[in-house]
Amino acid sequence: MTTYRSGGRPRGERGALASIGLHAGLLIAVAISLFPVVWLVLTSLKPRDGWLSSELRLFDDSSLDNYARVLTATEFPRWLLNSVLTAGLTMVAGVLLAATTGYAVSRFRFPGHRGVMWLLLVTQMFPVAILIVPLYNLMAGLGLLNQIPGLVIAYMTIAVPFCAWMMKSYFDTVPIEIDQAGLVDGLTPFGVFRRVVLPLARPGIAVTAFYCFMTAWGEVGYATVFMSQEDKRTLGVGLQQFVGQHWSDWGLMTASAVLIAIPAGAVFLLVQRHLVTGLTAGATKS
Amino acid sequence: MAVSTRNAPAADARGRRRAVPGRLRRSFGTHWYAWAMVAPVLAVMLVLIGWPLARGVYLSLTDATEANIGRTIGVNVIPSTYEFVGLDNYLRILTSDLFWDKLLWTVIWTVACVALHYGVGLALAVMLNRKLRFRSVYRVLLILPWAVPAFVAAFVWRYLYNSDYGVINGMLKLAGLGPVGWLDDPVTAKVAVIAVNVWIGVPFMMVALLGGLQSIPAELYEAAEVDGAGPWQRFRAITLPGLRQVSSTVILLGTIWTFNMFPIIFLVTRGGPGSETEILVTYAFREAFTGIRDYSGSAAWGVIILLMLVVLALGYRRTLRSQGDPW
Repeated sequence: MTTYRSGGRPRGERGALASIGLHAGLLIAVAISLFPVVWLVLTSLKPRDGWLSSELRLFDDSSLDNYARVLTATEFPRWLLNSVLTAGLTMVAGVLLAATTGYAVSRFRFPGHRGVMWLLLVTQMFPVAILIVPLYNLMAGLGLLNQIPGLVIAYMTIAVPFCAWMMKSYFDTVPIEIDQAGLVDGLTPFGVFRRVVLPLARPGIAVTAFYCFMTAWGEVGYATVFMSQEDKRTLGVGLQQFVGQHWSDWGLMTASAVLIAIPAGAVFLLVQRHLVTGLTAGATKS
Repeated sequence: MAVSTRNAPAADARGRRRAVPGRLRRSFGTHWYAWAMVAPVLAVMLVLIGWPLARGVYLSLTDATEANIGRTIGVNVIPSTYEFVGLDNYLRILTSDLFWDKLLWTVIWTVACVALHYGVGLALAVMLNRKLRFRSVYRVLLILPWAVPAFVAAFVWRYLYNSDYGVINGMLKLAGLGPVGWLDDPVTAKVAVIAVNVWIGVPFMMVALLGGLQSIPAELYEAAEVDGAGPWQRFRAITLPGLRQVSSTVILLGTIWTFNMFPIIFLVTRGGPGSETEILVTYAFREAFTGIRDYSGSAAWGVIILLMLVVLALGYRRTLRSQGDPW
């Protein structure tokens, strides 16, 4: 990263005081960013009803009781399955539909190009409130309420514009010379896309897919309205039950939160490096 | 592009139809594959967004509620009895104090959140962009909140804020201070939800800005240093302009996302106390799905929210354009 000037003090080298300040600043930030997550894990490890105190006794009476209860005595596994199915289907459909659009917008300056870009951006602005009632009526008419495919269709409204936008950013980083070479070799524009660019864009697709999955995984508004039936709930809806107005059990809540966050977090950390380039490449190059 | 040449003989063969205005046809000949690639998404957006949107706009001009909308109960089909009422819903909303209260709070919420996201994100990105021991460790740890699904984060924070057994009050007690009913008082509840949203949103800004910082050539800083520019001058003259492209995108996206941020307020405070922390989006949602469901009123709220965002985005684009950005 930092290049050195020939002779003199290299750039990026600081006095000891500045270094201490820098590390102190970052450590404080890390503490704030980690604290809620750490507290969540610690609370989930307390025995039943341990959440009723903010006191922390870590190792003398930690227990997995909350986890056992979540997995056996609640509908949690069912909700998890629903969530995985919904998010997985949304991801596959979103990426499949959006890949070509991302490519077209990234490569071709066709008339309407700017219009499509703006359409993709504007649809991301749509507040839940405006689409939800018509969509609800549409779903009710088609008998898709309390059906996973119905929820997936609703999520398409969020996922598709977003995926197309992400894919565009990624295709922008693939040099256009590669396409031109493909065309010279006699491929059609579709051939170039399918045989040359798509394989090169695999990391970008992975990131978009993951991001799409996470969007559907964490959605609450549509799910609350469309999946009212007990056994059709997704995690975001189901978890609200654990801390309802009349009864709450934060032990169950924290344990299931950990169970949800751990796999998501692990995959997230694996792809986050690509995520950075995928998100910013389009913006920095443009 | 190279492909356009293949098109010429075909156009000659169909000479008779060349009388059709040439520009459009030529454009179609050159760009049909681009359109073909965009088509699936356009089709989906038309059906899933266009139709509900049109229907939503129409509903907003009627007096539809749960009571008078057409529905099927068992084998009985009950026809709709709602009527077209023109702009009544809009007039009712725009003349109510409630709307302006909610708008004010939504604007405060959006500005505060985006400013803090950007400010904190930029500060952390600048720190992380230095040559630094444990840099990648810091980076991963700071991104962590982003990996937590928003609804999980919302629940966690609600627990932290709990006035009886939340850890924040626990710490206040240790410091010898009395407990605070964080989510029971309008002011603290507002501060609380902003804090949650900042916690969730900073990593995205940090990561995007860090990417932007790394694309600024190091030579620029060296040249400036040779010319005797101090750190603050370098920051203002190189870093900020170098981040223009990234900043304009993330600020616009951030504003839109925050304006429409649903799960945080819906799950942390449920809009309470009263409806004090309810922003426009959550309010419209509640309008539509609690009590007697007011479909038309909620649709009208939605249209108003959307119009405000579109105006905002257009104004933003105009400002950027006048400063020489491509879009």
